[in-house]
Amino acid sequence: MEMIRTENLVYEYEKHDDEGNVVGMQRAIDDVGLHIKPGQFIAILGHNGSGKSTLAKHMNAILVPTGGTMWVDGKDTKKEENLWDVRQSAGMVFQNPDNQIIATVVEEDVGFGPENLGVPTEEIWERVEESLKSVGMLEYRHRSPNKLSGGQKQRVAIAGVVAMHPKCIVLDEPTAMLDPNGRKDVLRTVHRLHEQEHVTVILITHYMEEVVDADHVIVMDHGKIVMQGTPREIFSKVETLKEYRLDVPQVTMLAHELKKRGLPIKDGILRREELVEELCRLN
Amino acid sequence: MIRDITIGQYYPANSIIHRLDPRVKIVCTLIYMISLFVINNVCGYALALLFLVFVIKASGVPFKFIVKGLKPIVVLLLITVLFNLFLTGTGTILFQAGFLKITDQGLRTAVFMAVRLVFLIMGASIMTFTTTPNALTDGIEKLLHPLNKIKVPVHEVAMMMSIALRFIPILLEETDKIMKAQIARGADFESGNIIQRAKSMIPILVPLFVSAFRRANDLALAMEARCYRGGEGRTKMKPLLYKNRDYMAYAGMILYTIAVVIVGRVLSFHVWIF
Amino acid sequence: MSIKLEHINYIYSEGTAYEKAAIKDICLEIKEGEFIGIIGHTGSGKSTLIQHLNGILKATSGELYCNGKNIYEEGYPMKELRNYVGLVFQYPEHQLFEVDVMKDVCFGPKNQGISPEECEKRAREALELVGLKEKYYTRSPFDLSGGQKRRAAIAGVLAMHPQVLVLDEPTAGLDPKGRDDILEQISMLHKRTNMTVILVSHSMEDIAKYVDRIIVMNKGEVMYEGKPKEVFRHYKELEKIGLAAPQVTYVMKELKEKGIPVSDDATTVEEAVEEILRGMKGAVK
Repeated sequence: MEMIRTENLVYEYEKHDDEGNVVGMQRAIDDVGLHIKPGQFIAILGHNGSGKSTLAKHMNAILVPTGGTMWVDGKDTKKEENLWDVRQSAGMVFQNPDNQIIATVVEEDVGFGPENLGVPTEEIWERVEESLKSVGMLEYRHRSPNKLSGGQKQRVAIAGVVAMHPKCIVLDEPTAMLDPNGRKDVLRTVHRLHEQEHVTVILITHYMEEVVDADHVIVMDHGKIVMQGTPREIFSKVETLKEYRLDVPQVTMLAHELKKRGLPIKDGILRREELVEELCRLN
Repeated sequence: MIRDITIGQYYPANSIIHRLDPRVKIVCTLIYMISLFVINNVCGYALALLFLVFVIKASGVPFKFIVKGLKPIVVLLLITVLFNLFLTGTGTILFQAGFLKITDQGLRTAVFMAVRLVFLIMGASIMTFTTTPNALTDGIEKLLHPLNKIKVPVHEVAMMMSIALRFIPILLEETDKIMKAQIARGADFESGNIIQRAKSMIPILVPLFVSAFRRANDLALAMEARCYRGGEGRTKMKPLLYKNRDYMAYAGMILYTIAVVIVGRVLSFHVWIF
Repeated sequence: MSIKLEHINYIYSEGTAYEKAAIKDICLEIKEGEFIGIIGHTGSGKSTLIQHLNGILKATSGELYCNGKNIYEEGYPMKELRNYVGLVFQYPEHQLFEVDVMKDVCFGPKNQGISPEECEKRAREALELVGLKEKYYTRSPFDLSGGQKRRAAIAGVLAMHPQVLVLDEPTAGLDPKGRDDILEQISMLHKRTNMTVILVSHSMEDIAKYVDRIIVMNKGEVMYEGKPKEVFRHYKELEKIGLAAPQVTYVMKELKEKGIPVSDDATTVEEAVEEILRGMKGAVK
């Protein structure tokens, strides 16, 4: 069974003019078909307003499709009775680390999800401990979230989701408000979770460097999926990406420019070492 | 400047007071507060002071910290003292200058009021310094749980309180940032009359409200995403269970109450007018 | 016309348990018309530093001279300093509050005591400088998109006609295109107005492309200072504190180590392309 599947997914909302009258429908998601298998690491790219966040909110049944269907772990998200199952199977981490931490002590925040699920007290403690350990924040368990750095807060938020034992974690631009250290921290954590706990990861971002290690990259624009493939396939189309208001890692850009100027470099260079190797080969 | 307010903050430590059940601390603080208003002689206050000092010592919170908590009430304290001092008409006149006169009763009420207020704030801050806001709301929730039967949404109110406590420091910091940004745009919050000053708050309040609503919206989504659906069917990570030390604390409180009553009856002599 | 900092120290919550030195012994000179980048990660003191430049924070010790005058001397007109140095905070769009964009941009000049007509003239110029189209002037600032809000907020400071413009992470939270657009706009603004511009960022790649001089902050101190090329020579040390040099710098170093005759000075993609092509002439088809 697929972890997440959608068929002809559409999400429309009413558009208002200055006086608040409805002037028509706006399509935030336009006929999207997704097939995400368990254990995959999927990255969804797109500029602000491309519909990627709206799509993410569907995976957690915060929004339900206005057309088409989405199944999370085989369950139709539109059906009221599936709501809590869907939210438990697909945990969600949001952009602003401050606005998703509920408690004033780290461990209590991680316990919030399991509490809501009605997990027995002893098991909550076990879950809190193992989740904090898995994101490397165990030593901060008694701290106040206000005293943590952005990256640390985001890792606490991830632990809060992990403690609910989801099959899939959806991260909606988790690094957009962090500095480079925080970004690295969070990504390392996400990759470790993916490798060690075998959770399905859906990473929504507009930073290209973050998708280099994904299994599969999806590019969205105007609510549609406009490109799909391995990172290498995606990054070999520098010009197309630019049309979608995206940008490629500096190394890929450099390789692309050199190729344009006549150096026979292969397409889709993602890493520094690759480029250096390729240039040495040519020399 | 806003950061100086220590009242309501939690002081992390692992003292016996910290480990007490929040219900014990809430109930005892209330009893202590009531006792402050019942006591009306110097021996009683000596006892109240003794009790306070004992608790402060046991809590491991530096004295300096607790005193800082008094800062925001200094003005209130002064007003109360001055009112009582000059506006109590009855009693023997101790001092008179024009229409201002101080009577012995006035002096007495003024001093007692000041002592009460200071002890009250210190007692309450000991509670907040030693109890995490979440534990505090848990305690309130559990104490008020019987009210659920008459349809009072106790869980929801407690949840709101704990969220408010989490966001107060964040919003204070944000206020600071917005203020600085508007100062950088030449805003002036200090000069002008009251109306002008009130008007000058708009550039701070509008962005602050917008941000608070945005945060509230985000937080509601995040809570729903983590399967929050009200108090129904929820378990607790830290359920409140009375332990031996809690019973001991209650016993101690009962002893204190008895002592206050006895002191009131037996040692009710006065030192001068107090 | 310059700003000079001499041995500036700033200590947070002095005399309490939370006492912490935010910046230590900062000595800097900022000359007229310079385009400066200040880099450091969160907590490095860069935000504290810039808040000294317009007197919002007062140094615990040290002196700050603006055009040769000590701003900490009694009677120094702080208001003038604030007109002279315009400070745009991080997420400036969070400070928008007026009913429409035009009014919001006018807020600064109005506070300076400028006539309404002149305010509007300045606001128009400022909005034009940040590239916000006229149709948005009468809209509520809350209805604008993220990038547009940011532009409106920057215009709000520009309309005050500062000689020095300080921007604290102007690209935070924007998508790649939004980020490039804003940086291009700022760079153009610098060229057109010859204002001194100070750009605070944690992205080396963003900064390398535009600025004349980089100041690297770490733990409250100035760690390196100089032209981008000079600063990036310390890429190994920068990496240790979590501030990697641009990827191209690494590529060039590695190529040089592998014996390809290139100079390892390049800091931008454009420079690197030219340098590699020069060094590898033989391989071009």
